[in-house]
Amino acid sequence: MSHTIPSIRTYGFVYLALMLLLALTVGAAYLNLGSANILVALAIAVVKVVLIALYFMHLKGSNRLAWVFSAMGVAWLALLIGLTTLDFVSRWPALPGK
Amino acid sequence: MSTTHELLQEPPLAEHFDDLEQQHLSAQLGMWIFLATEALFFGGLFCAYTVYRRMHWIEFVVASRELNVAAGAINTAVLLTSSLTMALAVRAAKLRERRWLLIYLAITIVFGAVFLGIKAFEWSEDYERGLVPGSLFTFPFRPEFAGFAEIFFLLYFLMTGLHAIHLIIGIALVATVAGFCARHQYVAQGENLVEMTGLYWHFIDVIWVFLYPLLYLIDVHR
Amino acid sequence: MSVAIAPEERMARSYLTDGYNLKSWLLTTDHKRIGLLYMVSITLFFFVGGAAATILRLELMTPKGDLIETADAYNRMFTLHGVVMVWFFLIPSIPAVLGNFLVPVMIGARDMAFPKLNLLSWYIFMAGGIIVLATLIAGGVDTGWTFYVPFSSMFSNTFVVPAAAGVFIVGFSSILTGLNIIVTTHTMRCPGMTWDRLPLFVWAQYATSLIMVLATPVLAITVALLAAERIWGVGIFDPRLGGDPILFQHLFWFYSHPAVYIMILPGFGVVSEIIPCFARRPIFGYKFMAGALLAIAFLGFIVWGHHMFVSGQSMYAGFVFSIISFLVAIPSGIKVFNWTATLYKGSIRFDTPMLYALGFIGLFTIGGLTGLILASLAVDVHVHDTYFVVAHFHYIMVGGMVMAYLGGIHFWWPKLTGRMYSEWWGKLSALIVFFGFNLTFFPQFVLGYLGMPRRVYEYTEDYQILHIMSTLGASILAVGYLLPLSYLILSLWFGKHATGNPWSATGLEWQTTSPPPTHNFEETPVVTEAPYAYDPVVAEAEYRASLAEIEERPRVNHT
Repeated sequence: MSHTIPSIRTYGFVYLALMLLLALTVGAAYLNLGSANILVALAIAVVKVVLIALYFMHLKGSNRLAWVFSAMGVAWLALLIGLTTLDFVSRWPALPGK
Repeated sequence: MSTTHELLQEPPLAEHFDDLEQQHLSAQLGMWIFLATEALFFGGLFCAYTVYRRMHWIEFVVASRELNVAAGAINTAVLLTSSLTMALAVRAAKLRERRWLLIYLAITIVFGAVFLGIKAFEWSEDYERGLVPGSLFTFPFRPEFAGFAEIFFLLYFLMTGLHAIHLIIGIALVATVAGFCARHQYVAQGENLVEMTGLYWHFIDVIWVFLYPLLYLIDVHR
Repeated sequence: MSVAIAPEERMARSYLTDGYNLKSWLLTTDHKRIGLLYMVSITLFFFVGGAAATILRLELMTPKGDLIETADAYNRMFTLHGVVMVWFFLIPSIPAVLGNFLVPVMIGARDMAFPKLNLLSWYIFMAGGIIVLATLIAGGVDTGWTFYVPFSSMFSNTFVVPAAAGVFIVGFSSILTGLNIIVTTHTMRCPGMTWDRLPLFVWAQYATSLIMVLATPVLAITVALLAAERIWGVGIFDPRLGGDPILFQHLFWFYSHPAVYIMILPGFGVVSEIIPCFARRPIFGYKFMAGALLAIAFLGFIVWGHHMFVSGQSMYAGFVFSIISFLVAIPSGIKVFNWTATLYKGSIRFDTPMLYALGFIGLFTIGGLTGLILASLAVDVHVHDTYFVVAHFHYIMVGGMVMAYLGGIHFWWPKLTGRMYSEWWGKLSALIVFFGFNLTFFPQFVLGYLGMPRRVYEYTEDYQILHIMSTLGASILAVGYLLPLSYLILSLWFGKHATGNPWSATGLEWQTTSPPPTHNFEETPVVTEAPYAYDPVVAEAEYRASLAEIEERPRVNHT
């Protein structure tokens, strides 16, 4: 509660940045970057989400615990997807004749 | 903006808390934990998406082409804008500017409704084109991929559907909070309520920021 | 503190006397009353699940199906037992009853951070419970508590969707309880209650709550997908569409393995309170005990694949999950050794809670070590889906959690109700439970090793003698559970009035009256010393004096 209230300008800049990143997402999807397309798309999405979280959700200036629990949500999502994918990427290839 | 009638007053303190700061911190922490829970609720679907996209990536590329990229982009912009107005509403609540708070909340509701409208239009288009999984699923465009393309559309409808349910809840929440702040001219818990609703609203935005490229933009360059 | 107040006066000012009508209970936001609402509800579910277990055990006394005549009826019966016991007894048992009651008192708070959400969680719990009970009355489910696809999605003709809905709903009740406990622990601690002075019970509830809020949503989405698959007939796990049924198992066990730790970590907390009190010694290695709780909570999230060694999961993933599963033994070992070290040179008293706690240590150790056997890739292939697995998890869940729950209920009964129970009957039933439990489940290790598969109602005659032993043990165990139900209820009318601190224990909950006033403390307490400040010599004398004081009190009801 002690932190200062951001100015409307700050919100405006963040909004502009988000719109530019949206344009960038669409644009990048039309470039052939091979398997990097998905990585670029996700990287831009992560930047957007960080901006939303830091400024719109006021994570910047929030209590440390808000950081911890938002990070935990992300980390546990990574555990779920990561370890599940570990199974699917390391399966034996199908035997010939199957 | 500075007459007493326009000001939201201090939120009342519940009897089991020592002071307002403790109450605010508890609400904020509780909301962030709830959002972590929500992230994992969607997480099951993101996990299924990751696994099946890798398994059937050609079908995913082909199926993704049938979605309306422009409508998705417009919707993303709409939702990002609603997030901006929501953030401004929270700011107005903190500054105790009651009129601006109500205006921003109203705009947020309108943008949320516009998003749902565009989404409904897309869904009806998908329905007419035979993209709804189940007995209606025909996928007439590239029948050779119809077999596994269905699972893409299943994920698409589940993810956007669950997202839309959250958005409907979000609109209902914002409307309730706006109604509360409009009625209680002098004493209002406005600030905390608006802030927590705001966190929920931005979370809906965050989910969509991932859904858009993952569903609509799979290798559109092909 | 409580010395000057007469018992009748204390009762008159407690949370129990703050309103007598039904409304004052059903609309209460007092965490202590909500804890008691949960206690009554889960006791009901425990006996529903227990009745099913009794029927299963009676059926298994003979190799032929005579009590239950069809495999289908048997399937429905063990599913009933599993679903009710897991989601409607074990998961809410310690967190929602003792956790709800004690966490705010132990940290010196007036209530949970979100009292209304707390009440809501009970209503959600009851809503889920009623749906599941209605499902069972309507005909039940035959999928087992795990709801594995494709059986549950395509082939089962039973009420899978309503049962899944019940599980989905009850999940939100445990999310709310967990969220409440985490926030309360962070924001509501009284002055001086630093993290290194937090009782281990609170640490355990905290670690459990982290699991509840991070794992339960994944279960919710999983059963929602299952329901969607059944209702629409379009399956996300359907191989005909390119889906993979094993994905269901991944999602399911991402919740359900950590859920095992929801079922055991709170028990660790209870035992860590009881052991120092009745050994009159400070807990050995407090920091390691707290750290081990968090370590188990974390490791519990990344071992789920050890349920899937024979499912078709990649064998490399199997390696990883197996190795991490072995790591869980490290913090678990720390806990067992530290409890044992706490006993060393203590002034040990074998009161009822202590008997349960000591039983817990032994049974949990057996359950934990057999878990390592099951986590070994090669051995698991042999014993997978046999009674060995059944015995293993019952040693954890019944030998561990139910023992700890009963120990905790006995330990804090004077605080919950303001009454003392009969120590003689208490000790007797603790011994009966321990004996009955081992006779029920130890033969099942042997059965499983010899190849008896789980979830079948007929078997070859070679296994009969072990099954008879097990059923006999189950009958003894049933007596062991009915006894506390009787004498604890009777103690509400006939028990002696408890003092504020009948066991001369440390901890804030013992510094207020028994039962506590509505807002827990007359004035906000201030903590000035480390937890478990017991001294074996002094504490023993205090302890005797306290029991003598209770002994002098009349048995009559003052209220």
